Amino acid sequence: MSDPILQLTDVKTHFPITQGFLLKRHIGTVKAVDGVNLTVRRGEVLGLVGESGCGKSTLARTILQLVPTTGGTVVLNGRNLADASARELLAARRDLQMVFQDPYASLNPRMTVFATLAEPLFVHGVCPPAEVPARVAELMRIVGLAPRFMQKYPHEFSGGQRQRIAIARALALKPKVIVADEPVSALDVSIQAQILNLLAHLTKQMNLTLIFIAHDLSVVKHISDRIAVMYLGKIVELGLAADVIDRPRHPYTRALVSAIPTPNPDIERTRQRIVLAGDPPSPINPPSGCAFHPRCAYARAECENAVPPLIADSPDREVACVRLSEIS
Amino acid sequence: MPLLSVHDLRTHFHTRNGIYRAVDGVSFSIERGETLGIVGESGSGKSVTCYSIMGLIPQPPGRIVSGTAMFDGVDLLHCSPAEARAIRGKRVAMIFQDPMTSLNPYLRVSEQLIEPLLIHEKISRRDALSRALAMLDAVGINDAAKRIHYYPHEFSGGMRQRVMIAMALITKPEVLIADEPTTALDVTVQAQILELIKKMQQELGMAVVFITHDLGVVSGLCDRVQVMYAGRIVETADTRTLFHAPRHPYTRALQRSIPALQSKGVELYTIPGLPPDVSKTSPGCAFAPRCEFASARCTVGIPELTACSPTHSHACLRVQAGEI
Ligand SMILES: Nc1ncnc2c1ncn2[C@@H]1O[C@H](COP(=O)(O)OP(=O)(O)OP(=O)(O)O)[C@@H](O)[C@H]1O
Ligand SMILES: Nc1ncnc2c1ncn2[C@@H]1O[C@H](COP(=O)(O)OP(=O)(O)O)[C@@H](O)[C@H]1O
Ligand code: SF4
Ligand code: SF4
Ligand SMILES: [Mg+2]
Ligand SMILES: [Mg+2]
Repeated sequence: MSDPILQLTDVKTHFPITQGFLLKRHIGTVKAVDGVNLTVRRGEVLGLVGESGCGKSTLARTILQLVPTTGGTVVLNGRNLADASARELLAARRDLQMVFQDPYASLNPRMTVFATLAEPLFVHGVCPPAEVPARVAELMRIVGLAPRFMQKYPHEFSGGQRQRIAIARALALKPKVIVADEPVSALDVSIQAQILNLLAHLTKQMNLTLIFIAHDLSVVKHISDRIAVMYLGKIVELGLAADVIDRPRHPYTRALVSAIPTPNPDIERTRQRIVLAGDPPSPINPPSGCAFHPRCAYARAECENAVPPLIADSPDREVACVRLSEIS
Repeated sequence: MPLLSVHDLRTHFHTRNGIYRAVDGVSFSIERGETLGIVGESGSGKSVTCYSIMGLIPQPPGRIVSGTAMFDGVDLLHCSPAEARAIRGKRVAMIFQDPMTSLNPYLRVSEQLIEPLLIHEKISRRDALSRALAMLDAVGINDAAKRIHYYPHEFSGGMRQRVMIAMALITKPEVLIADEPTTALDVTVQAQILELIKKMQQELGMAVVFITHDLGVVSGLCDRVQVMYAGRIVETADTRTLFHAPRHPYTRALQRSIPALQSKGVELYTIPGLPPDVSKTSPGCAFAPRCEFASARCTVGIPELTACSPTHSHACLRVQAGEI
C-alpha cells in the first residue's frame, strides 16, 4: 500500500448498556464498531457511508481517541494511539483534528473567532505569542473569511461561515489528518457547495488526509478518492469512489446506492429500485454471521454461520460477502 | 376546476426584530391525483405556505395578510371554524418531518389512529379499530395487531413516520400535504416511505403537495415542481422541463451547485452570498444580490411569475425580456 498514514487493525469500540440509577446493572453491549480493518493513505480523501447508527461517528471518535477503544490498534504515523499515554495523545492531536456536523454545538458561543483560533496555537505553543494574530488572520483567509471579523462571536455568523471557522480551527495546528463528521449535512445546498469546494481545495493544497462522513452519497462520491461502506460496525465494501457508487458489488452497497434518488426525472421514472425491507438492525443484538442477512436478497443458510471477512476482489476493491462470486 | 387553489397568499410574522415576510404573494393550484413538489432552501417559505393552508400559523406573531385557499368551493383561509374542521384533518391532511409533531407521546397509537375517524365519521369504536389496523398494515407495519397498542416511542424512526402517514391517510384525504417527511431518514428508509406515498396515492387517488429541498426526491415523485425563494415562487414547470430546461437563474444555479448533477470532483458552482433575510424588503428581485445576471432593472420592480409556455412560468425580468 502506498504510504499509509493511518492504520486500523481489528478496531472495536463497544459501549456497555446499563440499567438502574444508583446500582447500575450491566445488561448488554452496543457493538458500535466491531472489527474494522482499514488503511488510510497519505493525502487521500476517504469517504465513510452507511445508515444511521452503523457506527460512522463512533469510528471517527475512536480514531481521535475520544472514546475508549475496546480492542485493536489505531496506528497514526507508526504510533498506536489505542494504548498511548495522555501526553502522547496530546501530541497526536496536533496531527489529527475533527470537524463536526453542527458548528453551533462545536464552537464555544462565548469565544470570539480570534479566541477560538488562537487557543490551540497557545496550548500547543506552535508559534511565538506575538505572531498569533497574524497566524489567526492567515487561517481566516485560508477558509475564506475576512480577518476583520476576528472579534465577532459565532452567533454573528451564518451556518456556512461557522463551518468555515470550525475548519479553520481544525487547520490551526497544521494537522496531517482531518476527520469530518457530516460537515455539510446541516447546510443548504448553495452553502454546501462552498464548503465542499473549500475542503477539496484544502486537501489538495496542504496534502491533507481527509476522512469524510456524510449521508448524501452523491456528496461523498464527489469529494472522495475512495469510499468505505459500513454496516453494523463493520466495513463491508471498500474501493475507488466512483467505482463503488457506479458499480457496487456488495448486496448492501447495491441497495444503498439504488435508494439514492437522482435528480434526473428520466432516470428516476424508469429505473428499478431495490427497496430494502425493515430498518437497520440494532448493534445490541446483531444478526449472526453476515449481519446483513435478514435484509439481503441473496442470503442463504451459509450466510448465517460466519462473519464474512473483507477480502480483495480486485486490486482496488475489497468486499465482505461469501456469495460474491455467485451473485455477480 | 383545480382541487385546491391558493391565490396571492401572504403570511407575515410580526416580531420584535421587524416583519418577516415569510410568504409574500404565492399562488398555485393542484388537480386531483396530481403530485406537486415545492423546493427551496431553508427559510424560503415552504412550510409557512402549507401551515397557512392548514390553519397552523400561530397568530400572533403570524398574520395571514392576504390570500385565499379554495378547496371544493370553500375558502380555507376565511371560512367558519366548523367548515374548516370538516375539511382539515379529514379531506386535506398533513404529514411532517418530525412525526412527533402529530403524534402524542402519551397515547397509544391505536387511540390516535381512531380519533379522526370517531370525530369525522359515524363509526363504532370497533369498526374504527379495524380500519386502523388495516391502515397500519397498508403502510407496512409488520405485526400490526400487536404494535397498534404500542406508544410512539416504541417504534423506530422509520416506523413512526409510517404511523404518522397512516394517521394522515386513515380518513382517505383528497389532498395530502407532506412537509419534508423523509429529510431526517436514511436513504434506504426514505425509499420505503416514498414508495409508500406513491402506492397510497394511487389507491386513494389523492393529490400530494410534497415539500423537500432534495431535487432528487422531486424528480422521481412529482408531476410538477415549483421553486421558492424568499417567500415567492420564482419558477414552476412540469418536472422534466424544470430539470432539463430551467429558465430562472436561481433554479439554474441550484442545479449547478449540487454534486449529483456534476461530474465527479469538478469545482462546484457556488451561489455567492447568503440566503435572503425576509425581514428586510429589497426593492425588485430578491435574488438580485446573488444573481450573476442582475442588472440595474432587477432592483426596480418585483418580477411577476409569468408563463413562457402553458406549463412553465418563471419570475425573471431579464429572461422575460429575452436578454438572457
Ligand atoms: N456513548 C454511547 N453509549 C452507548 N451507545 C452508543 C454511544 N455512542 C454511540 N452508541 C451507539 O452506537 C451505535 C453507532 O452510533 P454512531 O453514532 O457511531 O452511528 P453513525 O453511523 O454515526 O450514525 P448517524 O448516521 O446517525 O450519525 C448506535 O447504535 C448508537 O446508539
Ligand atoms: N413562528 C414564527 N415566528 C417568526 N418567524 C417565523 C415563524 N415561523 C416561520 N418564520 C419565518 O418564516 C420564514 C419561512 O419559514 P419556513 O416556511 O419554515 O421555511 P422553509 O422553506 O424552510 O419551510 C423564515 O424566515 C422563518 O424564520
Ligand atoms: S454474505 Fe450472504 S447475506 Fe451477506 S451480503 Fe453476501 S449474500 Fe447477502
Ligand atoms: S430578475 Fe434579475 S436578479 Fe432576478 S433572477 Fe432575473 S436576472 Fe437575476
Ligand atoms: Mg453520526
Ligand atoms: Mg420547512
